Amino acid sequence: MGTHPHHGNHPNPMIGALTVLLVFQLVGEALARGLGLPIPGPVIGMGLMFAALVLRSGPSAELRGTATGILQHLSLLFIPAGTGVMLHFQRLADEWLPLTVALIASTLLSIAVSALLLRALSRHTPHGEDPQ
Amino acid sequence: MKPALGEIWVYLSTTPLLGLTLTLLAYQGALWLYRRANHHPLLNPVMVAVTVLVLVLTLTGTPYQTYFDGAQFVHFLLGPATVALAIPLYAQWERLKGMLLPLLVTLVAGSLTAALSAVGIAALLGASRESVMSMAPKSVTMPIAMGVAERLGGLPSLTAVLVMSTGILGAVGARYVYLLLRIEDHAVRGFAIGIASHGIGTARAFQVSEQAGAFAALAMGLNGLLTAAMLPWILPWLESLLH
Repeated sequence: MGTHPHHGNHPNPMIGALTVLLVFQLVGEALARGLGLPIPGPVIGMGLMFAALVLRSGPSAELRGTATGILQHLSLLFIPAGTGVMLHFQRLADEWLPLTVALIASTLLSIAVSALLLRALSRHTPHGEDPQ
Repeated sequence: MKPALGEIWVYLSTTPLLGLTLTLLAYQGALWLYRRANHHPLLNPVMVAVTVLVLVLTLTGTPYQTYFDGAQFVHFLLGPATVALAIPLYAQWERLKGMLLPLLVTLVAGSLTAALSAVGIAALLGASRESVMSMAPKSVTMPIAMGVAERLGGLPSLTAVLVMSTGILGAVGARYVYLLLRIEDHAVRGFAIGIASHGIGTARAFQVSEQAGAFAALAMGLNGLLTAAMLPWILPWLESLLH
């Protein structure tokens, strides 16, 4: 385990990609804490990763494969936290009305505002073509 | 053999193995049901799996913390998954550069509408401060939303529930908004649902068309970044104005 300076086997591509993701997350966490930024560490990691992809013109095949694999099962990762709803039954029973009204109204309103605005703006620059 | 079974249960219920296995089993079952039902939005796999797990934990009298000791290994992957969102985002980079300005203006307006209308309505109708702060990042993809809620002094696990509900609401309701407002362009439809209801809305958009899905994924990623950068500054400032 790290005591040997060289290794004969090819490193596992999935492990390599996972290491890259974890390193970016770690740097993101370190920056968030170190600079006292209010942005979550993994989000900074995502921004740094995006910048790295632009600089390197795209991810390696391994990184793309591993990322696609994780993101295909993104739903799975929400389950442990979602199950935490059982800690909030009392709160939900007490506040169901404001929470329900706010969720429904705000979700439909933000869809409407975004759609109307983007339609109006993209009429002036149809399909984003440069008018030259 | 009742005593033996009891002893096995006592042992298993204290190891992380049980919470981890239960999570994966519930997910597989929910995914199977979702596919069988032709991806019906009301059978969202997260919602079904969570319902099953809450029932099992409640019926067996297992505390959430005991369950989470095992499930945390799955939960941990939200961090690397957030970083991985940069990859599909990069895939849209060429298209994004082409219509940068309209997309960015819409993004800022839509993102602010999603957060501030939720916060405003919940607060006006008398929700507690913790609930209001948990509500603020409800339109953002869950790993980011939970991080933002924690920074704001909300409850990440409550945010998880609100994010999930928002996604399902958007996936079910968007088509009626588009009919009413006569929105036909799939790029516009996708971008709007991606801003308002993140990954669950994006999954729905991909069922409508490839173009709608790509714009939804782009909106989801950008709104995650923007909300994480914006809300932890804006909400405390708004609060200080009101008090």
